[in-house]
Amino acid sequence: MEMRILGRLTAADALPLYSWVAIGGAVVTILGFLAIIGTITWLGKWRYVWTEWLTSLDHKRIGILYVMLALVMLLRGFVDAIMMRAQQAFALNSGGYLPPEHFDQIFSSHGTIMVFFMAMPFLTGLINIIVPQQIGARDVAFPFMNSVSLWLTAAGAGLVLISLVVGRFSTAGWTGYPPYSGAGYNPGVGVDYWIWAIQVSGIGSTLSGINFIVTILKRRAPGMKLMRMPLFCWTTLASSILMVFAFPALTVTTALLALDRIFDMHFFTNTDGGNLMNYINLFWIWGHPEVYILILPAFGIYSGVVSTFAAKRLFGYKSLVYATMAIALLSFTVWLHHFFTMGASAGVNAFFGVATMVIAVPTGVKVFDWLMTLFRGRITFHPSMLWTLGFIVTFTIGGMTGVLLALPPADYLMHNSTFLVAHFHNMLIPGALFGYLAGYMYWFPKAFGFTLDERWGKRAFWCWISGFYLAFMPLYMLGFMGMARRMERYDVAAWQPPLVIAALGAAVILAGIACLVIQLIASIRTRERRRDLTGDPWDGRTLEWLTASPPAPYNFAVLPQVRDIDALHEMKRRGAVYERPERYEDILLPRNTGAGVLIGGFAFVFGFSAVWHIWWAAAAALLALLAAAAARSFCDRTEFRLSASEIQQIEERRLRQLAGEEAL
Amino acid sequence: MNNAPTAGRYSLKRYLGGYVLALLLTAIPFGLAATAALPRHSVLIAVGAAALAQVLVHLRCFLHLGLRTTAPERLLAIAFAAVLILIMIGGSLWIMFNLHYRMWV
Amino acid sequence: MSIAGKDTAVLPEADVYEQRALGFWLYLMSDAIIFALLFATYLVMVGNTAGGPGGGDLFSLSHTFGETLLLLTSSLTFGLASVALDSGNRRQLLGWLAVTFALGLGFVAMELREFHGLIALGAGPERSGFLSAFFTLVGTHGLHVSAGLVFILVMMAQVAVKGLSRPVASRLERLGLFWHFLDIVWIGIFSAVYLPGILQ
Repeated sequence: MEMRILGRLTAADALPLYSWVAIGGAVVTILGFLAIIGTITWLGKWRYVWTEWLTSLDHKRIGILYVMLALVMLLRGFVDAIMMRAQQAFALNSGGYLPPEHFDQIFSSHGTIMVFFMAMPFLTGLINIIVPQQIGARDVAFPFMNSVSLWLTAAGAGLVLISLVVGRFSTAGWTGYPPYSGAGYNPGVGVDYWIWAIQVSGIGSTLSGINFIVTILKRRAPGMKLMRMPLFCWTTLASSILMVFAFPALTVTTALLALDRIFDMHFFTNTDGGNLMNYINLFWIWGHPEVYILILPAFGIYSGVVSTFAAKRLFGYKSLVYATMAIALLSFTVWLHHFFTMGASAGVNAFFGVATMVIAVPTGVKVFDWLMTLFRGRITFHPSMLWTLGFIVTFTIGGMTGVLLALPPADYLMHNSTFLVAHFHNMLIPGALFGYLAGYMYWFPKAFGFTLDERWGKRAFWCWISGFYLAFMPLYMLGFMGMARRMERYDVAAWQPPLVIAALGAAVILAGIACLVIQLIASIRTRERRRDLTGDPWDGRTLEWLTASPPAPYNFAVLPQVRDIDALHEMKRRGAVYERPERYEDILLPRNTGAGVLIGGFAFVFGFSAVWHIWWAAAAALLALLAAAAARSFCDRTEFRLSASEIQQIEERRLRQLAGEEAL
Repeated sequence: MNNAPTAGRYSLKRYLGGYVLALLLTAIPFGLAATAALPRHSVLIAVGAAALAQVLVHLRCFLHLGLRTTAPERLLAIAFAAVLILIMIGGSLWIMFNLHYRMWV
Repeated sequence: MSIAGKDTAVLPEADVYEQRALGFWLYLMSDAIIFALLFATYLVMVGNTAGGPGGGDLFSLSHTFGETLLLLTSSLTFGLASVALDSGNRRQLLGWLAVTFALGLGFVAMELREFHGLIALGAGPERSGFLSAFFTLVGTHGLHVSAGLVFILVMMAQVAVKGLSRPVASRLERLGLFWHFLDIVWIGIFSAVYLPGILQ
């Protein structure tokens, strides 16, 4: 047998020469990468980027990097989306402008990116920045592991991005169902890119989950009982529990598919005793809880936003907590509703249908709690509040279409149609993305020290929400008209007008994204005018607004004493905020390390080599990764001491700033 | 807290007791399988019962789990994991064997 | 939630090791789910022999019993190492860790011999769905034991170089959790895979 030092990597297979659009995608990816490298070099900022950001173990910095990754991937995922809408608007009785092979890659990467590399990093980033501050902590429980999680996620995203340039991405959809995703029908590298990208980032998510659980259970400030935590902390806890207990299912599913593909095993093949239906069973054991991993943190953000901008205590705090935990458990009991049509008997389908409808109950409780919080509040229409209101209305509609789909007989008609596509976008765009954007605009001053332009924020909201309705209501209709999802071309003339409207909707969403970009640029340019000198621009009620904006590395010089659910609000009422403590003490903080970047880099090399069957490199990368982890375990001095006098300097400057602010 | 890193946490007696119990609970199922004295169905039930008992012995004697001595969050975590394992294994078998049945396998 | 009512807040500097132990515990729970799903997959596929050999044709009662004894005894010797750690006896600790390592290595060697024999018989993982599931479930456990062996070596090095410092002791405690956890998984494997297979 011929030995190939680069596995199956050859120039002919690797380069995307099969279509002009694909070549364009590769060029844009390369240029984008070069632009980032070039800008940093041109500014001479490599040392700064490396020492202050890439190697930082500060939870706020790590969180910001996560959110930056998410925003970049949001752009990439959205380009995929608008290309699909454009294709379907044209493709009546014609091939449109995308060949089927390419169209299939686009819908596969759109779903994969939006779930794993946009939503997951976005929520992990926001949690990282905010949760330690909300519970009155100085960092997460395991700062180094936090950095490892970040770089594993980045390595996975890197694999998806590089598939645009070297080789192809999967054509098997974001769910990768066999036997189509097996080696028999899909011998190329596409499915392998998909497998290793989510395998690597999935491990990062599991570690993040562990980190957040321990942080929330063990690092709360004195007096911060569990039942005094802000709701965002509760939903983070629930979401993290789901990460720890559901992500193993994804790890197993994709690992077994990889074994089928690499070692010719028979888990999901048509032949030799394979059982492809077990793939679907395993995949959705992860997949359903994943929906709640994405949505619950957004619920927490909405709860904080509603209470702050209605200037009222959250209505029904306890019921929200119990509803959150109930959803977390119930989310493990409904996975079969993703495959009602697989052929189980009526008893099985009925059980899972009923369980699905039961989840609507705690979710309904939450909607009423938010409405009751708004009721008779003094509402400020900050953009974050607009995202929240848009969510409440739109998400309720999506929930109702979900109850329709939860009826097995109805599902037999609507499954795999664009009705389903409309339904889950109707859950995830308002239920997750709007929440993250609300959080982004709400907490941006906390992260960077200046507020975002509200006019452009509102414009972004109105474009997004109207674009959303334009893009997805026609898909509900098309589902009833019999259109299947993922069609590259069609010959039913009646489908075209709704598809054109949907494409227009995508264009309106594009305008919304443009507004987001303009908002960011305009706000940076006018940042001196929009400085947040108090650290509390919205008259906040929870502890993250007690710290400076941006916070000192240690967040709190003296740990706050918590007496109420709205801890900061209670302190303000007592007149006990920003008090000068009697004395400051030294604080231990995590020391920067490049080990996280290194481990992420090895994981990327491992993934890339496994995709291309360059086994020697994969083995070497894996060994290097383990060696790096083992070497790190020898290191006991992982912290440095910030002296009381330095802390006093920082704090005095802030107190002077606050006093000056009052004098104005 | 005591100066020695783990002082007094581990008792030799408990390890030895656990080892003897575990040996016993291993010998019973292997013995039943070797002699084939009982019908298959009953042996399987005995194997399952011995396994469950041995898991509890390991949790108690080797992992030092105790309702009062172990931190509540750890107990909650393992209880939650046990429930999920039941749901996932039970649910998977229910779903997949239901399909077997309907496919006349 | 019973812990909700109680004030469990702690100062950040205190109890770092307790936090690490809890984090590791959560990792073990996550790993337990991985094994649970591999068990479920094995049970779903146990009949899918595709005309090839089944468990009754391949498994050996005495071989499995030997593996079980090795692993179980290694759990005891790890316990003895923990007792040595307790009393601060470094030489005894290193000795028992070495014995545990040897027993674990013996277990992995026996498993490799079994796998090698099966593959030589033409009953490798690519033969049928049943064998894919068997090799993956048992092999994943074997890989975990091998990782545990590396972990033992690293910890022996740390004990030798750093002595019984607090961080080293806390790592040894977590290694102990890992090692005992693997023994529990093995109870599942011989009870759900080997014994029912032999009884066929």
